Amino acid sequence: MKLNAKIPQGPLEEKWSNYKKTAKLVNPANRKKLDVIVIGTGLAGASVAASLGEMGYNVKSFCFQDSPRRAHSVAAQGGVNAAKNYKNDGDSIYRMFVDTLKGGDFRAREANVYRLAECSVNLIDQAVAQGVPFGREYGGYLNNRSFGGVQVSRTFYARGQTGQQLLLGTYQALMRQVDKKTVQLFASHEMLDLVVIDDRARGVIVRNLETGAIERHAAHAVVLATGGFGKIYYLSTLAMGCNGSAIWRAYKKGAFFASPSWTQIHPTSLPQSGDYQSKLTLMSESLRNDGRIWVPKNLEEKRIANDIPEEERDYYLERRYPAFGNLAPRDISSRAAKERIDAGFGVGALKNAVYLDFSKAIKEQGQPKIAEKYGNLFNMYEKITGINAYKEPMMISPAAHFSMGGLWVDYELMTTIPGLFALGEANFADHGANRLGANSLLQASVDGYFIAPYTIANYLADQIKVGKISTKHEAFDKAEAEAKLKLDQLLQIKGNQTVDYYHKKLGKLLYDYCGLARNKEGLEFAIDAINKLRDEFYKNVNVTGDSDRMNAELEKAGRVADYFEIGVLMCYDALTRDESCGAHFREEYQTPDGEAERNDAEFQFISAWEWPGSLDKEPILNKENLTFEFVQPTIRSYK
Amino acid sequence: MKLNLKIWRQKNREDQGRMVDYTLDNVNTHMSFLEMLDTLNDELIRKNEEPVEFDHDCREGICGQCGVVINGIAHGPLKNTTTCQLHMREFKDNETIFIEPFRASGFPIKKDLKVDRTAFDRIISAGGYVSVNTGQAPEANSIPVSHEIAESAFDAAACIGCGACVATCKNGSAALFTSAKISQFAQLPQGKVERNSRVLKMLHQMDAEDFGHCSNTEACEVECPQGISVLNIARMNYEYNRASFFKSKKH
Repeated sequence: MKLNAKIPQGPLEEKWSNYKKTAKLVNPANRKKLDVIVIGTGLAGASVAASLGEMGYNVKSFCFQDSPRRAHSVAAQGGVNAAKNYKNDGDSIYRMFVDTLKGGDFRAREANVYRLAECSVNLIDQAVAQGVPFGREYGGYLNNRSFGGVQVSRTFYARGQTGQQLLLGTYQALMRQVDKKTVQLFASHEMLDLVVIDDRARGVIVRNLETGAIERHAAHAVVLATGGFGKIYYLSTLAMGCNGSAIWRAYKKGAFFASPSWTQIHPTSLPQSGDYQSKLTLMSESLRNDGRIWVPKNLEEKRIANDIPEEERDYYLERRYPAFGNLAPRDISSRAAKERIDAGFGVGALKNAVYLDFSKAIKEQGQPKIAEKYGNLFNMYEKITGINAYKEPMMISPAAHFSMGGLWVDYELMTTIPGLFALGEANFADHGANRLGANSLLQASVDGYFIAPYTIANYLADQIKVGKISTKHEAFDKAEAEAKLKLDQLLQIKGNQTVDYYHKKLGKLLYDYCGLARNKEGLEFAIDAINKLRDEFYKNVNVTGDSDRMNAELEKAGRVADYFEIGVLMCYDALTRDESCGAHFREEYQTPDGEAERNDAEFQFISAWEWPGSLDKEPILNKENLTFEFVQPTIRSYK
Repeated sequence: MKLNLKIWRQKNREDQGRMVDYTLDNVNTHMSFLEMLDTLNDELIRKNEEPVEFDHDCREGICGQCGVVINGIAHGPLKNTTTCQLHMREFKDNETIFIEPFRASGFPIKKDLKVDRTAFDRIISAGGYVSVNTGQAPEANSIPVSHEIAESAFDAAACIGCGACVATCKNGSAALFTSAKISQFAQLPQGKVERNSRVLKMLHQMDAEDFGHCSNTEACEVECPQGISVLNIARMNYEYNRASFFKSKKH
């Protein structure tokens, strides 16, 4: 299939305004006749639901959490980028566009990335108007800090809880519409399948997680804003409930899945301490503004960190990347940490971590200043580890974090199924092969507040004549029956192992063979091993309880069942890309000094995978060629 | 370490519920409290028993979804800490631990340790927002907000909506939760425009739910994982009186 990204004509800086000028509109009186379903209530989902509600559409908003305010956007700590240039340090929309494109290793669309930078400015205005308490200078104006991969300060923050504050602003906008009855809220509901009628997205099958009831909901358009699927690695920085099921069910109904293997492994998370561990807590990247990363120079080092003299410490990021130092981008920092840990220089009981040291910053700025900037992170660190990081360095290690991949979408954020939109982390669009810090809150918000309200309206303009969509259509019967069958199938296995047992095994396979570094042999092995593990799961998993009541094990089992299939696709994706770019590091393709070696001649495209109709067949690869009209791809150097 | 657990089990909203005893060997002191419950559930599933349902999601103390009463204290013994951030090093070998849901009339129990906190959403929905449409907000720096005000508003806004304040309060009052939102907006210039209508609507909704009244015992502040101050309740009362005064003058 020929993929059409539908990028508007014209100069880079005029494309989005040109689109908005010509996009179709819906008469206010007609809007309430049009139904839109939004799955997910994070920044992307809640903001698009609120925006469409305000415009007068009839919106249904779903989330699996017990309240929309708990979506995982809440956990982003460090900040949100915007090209306001309040610091007068040479920032501009264009520079932010170039930074993001370069950060993504030239594997994203120019037009999308430019639009992201362009709309960043409005997002800060929007959030401030909603009462988001961003950090401010003493004169009362907004403050900024810097983040990895850039040389300006463009990151707005609300202490270490920027995601929470932005999400609360969005959640409140959503609840305002719930009060006005333009949005109907369905918390504790999980999407089980997408309903497609005559090749268009027309509804969803959901399960009420308290009663177990299966429900049908029809609409003229469906929006998936379901976040990332990094939890596939089991140990990750994500929430326990984060999953890839909604986008996977959409994939199996015909939506293409782009770059599934591009997962960001975050460099500053807490290391694993045992088998029982359920998640790896993230320490915000903003810590790298003042923290220095090092490992001992001596392989046999036995001393505690504070006893190791300065000249026996290897500040490896400052050594390898003098221009960016401790603020090198995430993929590079994570790989550099892995390199030191694999070489035996890791610290901590399991030798799986590196130090993040604040002693210099505390000496220079004083403890109160550091506490004001990062106090909650230091507290969190102490709660989890029992260590006071004002007195000794933190220990950090890389952890699976963000899915750059996701459903393939065009410039309008529409998938290959007409009427199905994917927003935020659930799509693949803006971050290329590596996302810059503080761009995820931005992309989710911009998609939901500023882009989708225009592009969805453009789609809905043609839908008025269709009339109400009925849930009695046979496509609903079929989707509902299949969803029920899947649940029953899982409940009937009654084997000897828990769902988590399989999830942990799958996660380990993916982390080892499709994580920070990949190679052909390992990926081929992993595809086979995951398929075998999946077979075993369907023979030997034990899902207790029933489907007609609350059942957390059943929810997990459904998600893990999908994760096996996503995992295999990730491996195919990594296997067929014979180059290294961003987070995708193929060991066969590296420079002599261990840097990623991109191959623009053969791989300057997005891999968009198509469901072949059955798990026995290999997925079908479609390519969207990337053209660079305005910025020529360069070798990404942070040295 | 070995633990004796007494856990509240309740099948659904209608079930009466009861405490059930479990013992758990080989608990690692580095485990989080929820990982300890994961370990128990793992054992239960292997014995083909239904695992204990409990609320949790982010497991880093920010989503507000987790929360149980541990030995009579909401979120357990550690100050300013959610259940997910509590670690087993805070407990002793062979200790008996009572684990119960966040009990309050406003929080009906759904199953085991999971409670229904949608009343909080309805309180926010009644007025816990600034009425600004999306898309066309004015330039962010056009209204300066002093550093102190921004920080103070943040202190109130930091509430994670977990409901520990309600579970702790002997009256089951939602005053701390509601006042935190009112206080955030009452201080910020963006929120001041609607301060009167907001406090009246939100308090009206709070009263319409099954929450009790605030009698100023201040237990909520002690148990709040975010350390939300009871001064917010004082501010809420001030705002309420002020709004009621202006309302009565108008009529």
